[in-house]
Amino acid sequence: MIPGRFDYHQPDSLTAALTLLNDLGDDARVIAGGHSLIPMMKLRLAMPEHLVDLKAISDLKHITVKDGSISIGAMTTQAELIGSAELALSAPIVKETALQIADPQIRYQGTIGGNVANGDPGNDMPALMQCLDAEFQLSGLDGQRTVKAREFYEAAYFTARDDLEILTEIVFPVCTGGYAYEKQKRKIGDYATAAAAVLLTRGADGSCSHASIALTNLADTPIYCEDASKALMNSGIDDASIAAAVKSCLEIIDPVDDNRGPAAFKKHAAGIVLKRAIDNAWSRA
Amino acid sequence: MSVEAKTLEERQAALKGLGTSRKRVEDARFTQGKGNYVDDLKMPDMLFGDFVRSQHAHAYVKSIDTTEAMALPGVIAVLTAADLEPLNLHWMPTLAGDKQMVLADGKVLFQGQEVAFVIAEDRYIAADAVDLVKVEYEELPVLVDPFKAELPDAPILREDIADQKEGAHGPRRHPNHIFTWEQGDKAATESILESAAVVAEETVYYHRTHPCPLETCGAVASMDKVNGKLTLWGTFQAPHVVRTVASMLSGIAEHNIRVVSPDIGGGFGNKVGVYPGYICAIVASIVTGKPVKWVEDRMENLTSTAFARDYWMQGKIAATAEGKITGLWCHTTADHGAFDACADPTKYPAGFMSICTGSYDIPTAYLAVDGIYTNKAPGGVAYRCSFRVTEAAYFIERMIEVLAIKLDMDAAELRRINFIKKEQFPYQSALGWEYDSGDYHTAWDKALKAVDYPALREEQAARVEEFKAGKTRKLMGIGLSHFTEIVGAGPVKNCDILGMGMFDSCEIRIHPTGSAIARLGTISQGQGHATTFAQILASEIGISADDITIEEGDTDTAPYGLGTYGSRSTPVAGAATAMAGRKIRAKAQMIAAYMLEVHDNDVEWEVDRFVVKGAPERFKTMKEIAFASYTQAIPGIEPGLEAVSYYDPPNMTYPFGAYIAVMDIDVDTGVTEIRQFYALDDCGTRINPMIIEGQVHGGLTEALAIALGQEIAYDELGNVKTGSLMDFFIPTSWETPNYVTDFTETPSPHHPIGAKGVGESPNVGGVPAFSNAINDAFRAFGSTHTNMPHDHWRIWKTANDLGLHA
Ligand SMILES: Cc1cc2nc3c(=O)[nH]c(=O)nc-3n(C[C@H](O)[C@H](O)[C@H](O)COP(=O)(O)OP(=O)(O)OC[C@H]3O[C@@H](n4cnc5c(N)ncnc54)[C@H](O)[C@@H]3O)c2cc1C
Repeated sequence: MIPGRFDYHQPDSLTAALTLLNDLGDDARVIAGGHSLIPMMKLRLAMPEHLVDLKAISDLKHITVKDGSISIGAMTTQAELIGSAELALSAPIVKETALQIADPQIRYQGTIGGNVANGDPGNDMPALMQCLDAEFQLSGLDGQRTVKAREFYEAAYFTARDDLEILTEIVFPVCTGGYAYEKQKRKIGDYATAAAAVLLTRGADGSCSHASIALTNLADTPIYCEDASKALMNSGIDDASIAAAVKSCLEIIDPVDDNRGPAAFKKHAAGIVLKRAIDNAWSRA
Repeated sequence: MSVEAKTLEERQAALKGLGTSRKRVEDARFTQGKGNYVDDLKMPDMLFGDFVRSQHAHAYVKSIDTTEAMALPGVIAVLTAADLEPLNLHWMPTLAGDKQMVLADGKVLFQGQEVAFVIAEDRYIAADAVDLVKVEYEELPVLVDPFKAELPDAPILREDIADQKEGAHGPRRHPNHIFTWEQGDKAATESILESAAVVAEETVYYHRTHPCPLETCGAVASMDKVNGKLTLWGTFQAPHVVRTVASMLSGIAEHNIRVVSPDIGGGFGNKVGVYPGYICAIVASIVTGKPVKWVEDRMENLTSTAFARDYWMQGKIAATAEGKITGLWCHTTADHGAFDACADPTKYPAGFMSICTGSYDIPTAYLAVDGIYTNKAPGGVAYRCSFRVTEAAYFIERMIEVLAIKLDMDAAELRRINFIKKEQFPYQSALGWEYDSGDYHTAWDKALKAVDYPALREEQAARVEEFKAGKTRKLMGIGLSHFTEIVGAGPVKNCDILGMGMFDSCEIRIHPTGSAIARLGTISQGQGHATTFAQILASEIGISADDITIEEGDTDTAPYGLGTYGSRSTPVAGAATAMAGRKIRAKAQMIAAYMLEVHDNDVEWEVDRFVVKGAPERFKTMKEIAFASYTQAIPGIEPGLEAVSYYDPPNMTYPFGAYIAVMDIDVDTGVTEIRQFYALDDCGTRINPMIIEGQVHGGLTEALAIALGQEIAYDELGNVKTGSLMDFFIPTSWETPNYVTDFTETPSPHHPIGAKGVGESPNVGGVPAFSNAINDAFRAFGSTHTNMPHDHWRIWKTANDLGLHA
């Protein structure tokens, strides 16, 4: 568990970082909190020759709530997400999710940007971001672009981000309705056996005016359950519609056998976890 | 206040002797990061070693090309078996009478096996060079299932001994078969099984796991070519044995070898054996003339240094219709991996598995153990237990539950009617042990009362009804465990390691001003020896524990001993400490009598002094006596105050305990919750209640890990599936419940202070408690037994198989 050789760079501006990435090409890799990248380097599954550390770029660390929209700088740590009073009011599901990631030490280092950019299906933030319908701001030397979280993930460790781009900011609407992030894991510090992010808003007439569901670690990307989300909005929340929504979600997941258990078990657990998340979210809506 | 003005009780308390919850003197440095572990050693010119390891579980090594690695700047050498062969060090003897490759000699037999040893100027260069060594393999069929080892198409693993019909433990019936070990009366047991009113049968698998100490294994070897001395620092649970083995293997005279165990960050059996890394570090230092450090990483630790358990235990238990047990039969298939490197006393290839009659008066029993080679890492160490005692305890405590189901009886009651009674001790077990002491009924009743057992059963029954009525998805399990251990190996007549009798030792020097140093043949890995051995001595010689330094682990200074494992330190070295203390006191008595001008027999011991009988105002304190021993010419008595004791215990000690776990189980997700855990331990005389409690907490947490998820799992190609802490379960405070600890105190009749050892009890007794709780939860639905580890998906599968998800 000794990483290969690498050079370390600590640029103090986004432009400097992008220039370094551009100059160093394939051999360079951005490092944020390092808690996904460094374990891979220790296993020599990743052997970057240059690490470009983003931590000295102060623009990348902020939580801003304005005009019904929340924007979070990529270098904001999970601990900062948990500690933010503003976020607790404007999007409490973020704290609920972050608290289920790893352990406190890791959350002091690990960043939201690293978590969503990493592309590991085990990461919890990507499904949350799909559930929140977040947008990722990507910067390259020749400009900025925005990609929706729901369109960002292509396969395990493959995302819409170009290698020479840096993810700078995550933007999503304020969400104050019912919410829940339910995660089954084997122990503290474990990735999900199955996890579900659910947002449900109760309309004035008591019906479900907005629903959004996404799942973690049940396929090689996070899964946004569009059909189930729409169905819940149309049919309202009752036992039958919840069962139908769960069934529809389970049809589109594709978990793999691993040490957490065989796929059949994970499917079953996913159904239970999702149902609990829906019940919980609706009870808070 | 002067010492003299103190009351007897105050003087007693000032000693901080037996029974005192004295704070651990070690902790100041550990909690401040000031410990000194082997990887903290830094020396000028020190080189670093790292292994090229096999990714295959079974393959011929066709060639090893080190050219590219050698070309890397900073690489000093790359050792292969060919380099070690002229020294006859390419293989080494194991503790179990087998031999093990130090570096792959023509083939590899498990994934992670050591193939070549790179020596470089720093740790990073060494790792880079490992990647540059090119090894060409020819893959062979892999054997992972011990039950397939003797099939006609099974690959032959150990070609080096394929033709040997006789092994270290008797005949071998197949090249993949290591030994058969039989105890008890086969014919009598089988005839009882045939005629018994009730026979319960089950195959109980205690899965492969790993001690996984916080600090991994490592060593620094330093050969001083000028004076011909080799110093070896390392993570050794038995430094003296390492010195002897190093001398025998290297040909360096034993007085020219110094072995030092510095602070050790947990051992749990993992650091008993001798590993290729130690040998390679020594050879590398001899070759280069420089200190060489080798420290394995976490994945190397989990995949290549000694594992634990992996026993398939097929059992049959016979009883009368009323539940009185009449016979026990067990056949164990023991998966030993590629080399038989179990750490057991020589004559016990399956350790003390024959304690498997447990706490019960079972008149007739039979045990057979077959050791089998597979393409897995070698080991089979006692992971926080005396040799295979955890396997034995788990087996009998599961069999009792299985029998209770068959008899449709309460499992607590079944235990009670079968316990060995207090008046039966010393008790001769059917498998050959003499249990020294015990009072199981008292402990059991205390435990059942403490948890209000009848109320728990009522609640459980109500829960089953609610579950059946669809009102809850959670079941409740009550895990009972009454274990008996056999620790403190052990009598030299029965127990040796590589021929060295399993005595232990203590050497005490009292300084002129009345403080002392005591050195022992054991070595603490976190057990708190520096604290507790000083307490034993304080009570024996009347010097405060705070004034006694305890030192272990340096073979140049400590007396020879067999080390620390198998809960043997207190039973053996603790006894040696008391006995050495008594020698000090005997000499002190003569000095006191001289000083007080009375006959030796006219003074008597009182806490910290000798007092003239009938004249309590006339006395000499131990402190005064110590000073006199160095300052006065006393006719007929040598100056100084020192003593050594080598203690060969007459018998093992038999700690026992009653544990009860109450768990809730979510049948839909397999998620479990430990609601309550009650642990009553009887370890005889209690030296330091706080340390006992700490040991129990730690051992129970390991037990819960093992029972609920911790395993070393292999796929069918022999790949390790759980080689990092992401998958290998180590509980944190989150997974750990609050434990309630309790005790009874039944002193060992043969130990000088009546102590029995406790460090391992919670692992031994805890595993069955947790596993029984899980199994018990499903009893109402027709399940008799499921194997550990009880992780989420396996529990879910049990529920699924029982139709509870329909
Ligand atoms: C023991 C352990 C348990 C864990 N458990 C969980 C868990 O339960 N759930 C979970 O979600 N995570 C878990 N993690 C991962 C942890 O949350 C990581 O911190 C997170 O996944 C990555 O964030 P980071 O800031 O550490 O990123 P890094 O490790 O620094 O980077 C990760 C990847 O993203 C890239 N990257 C980082 N930032 C940017 C950026 N701004 N723009 C472009 N690319 C970028 C890096 O190049 C790298 O490829 C665990 C980690 C450990 C070690």
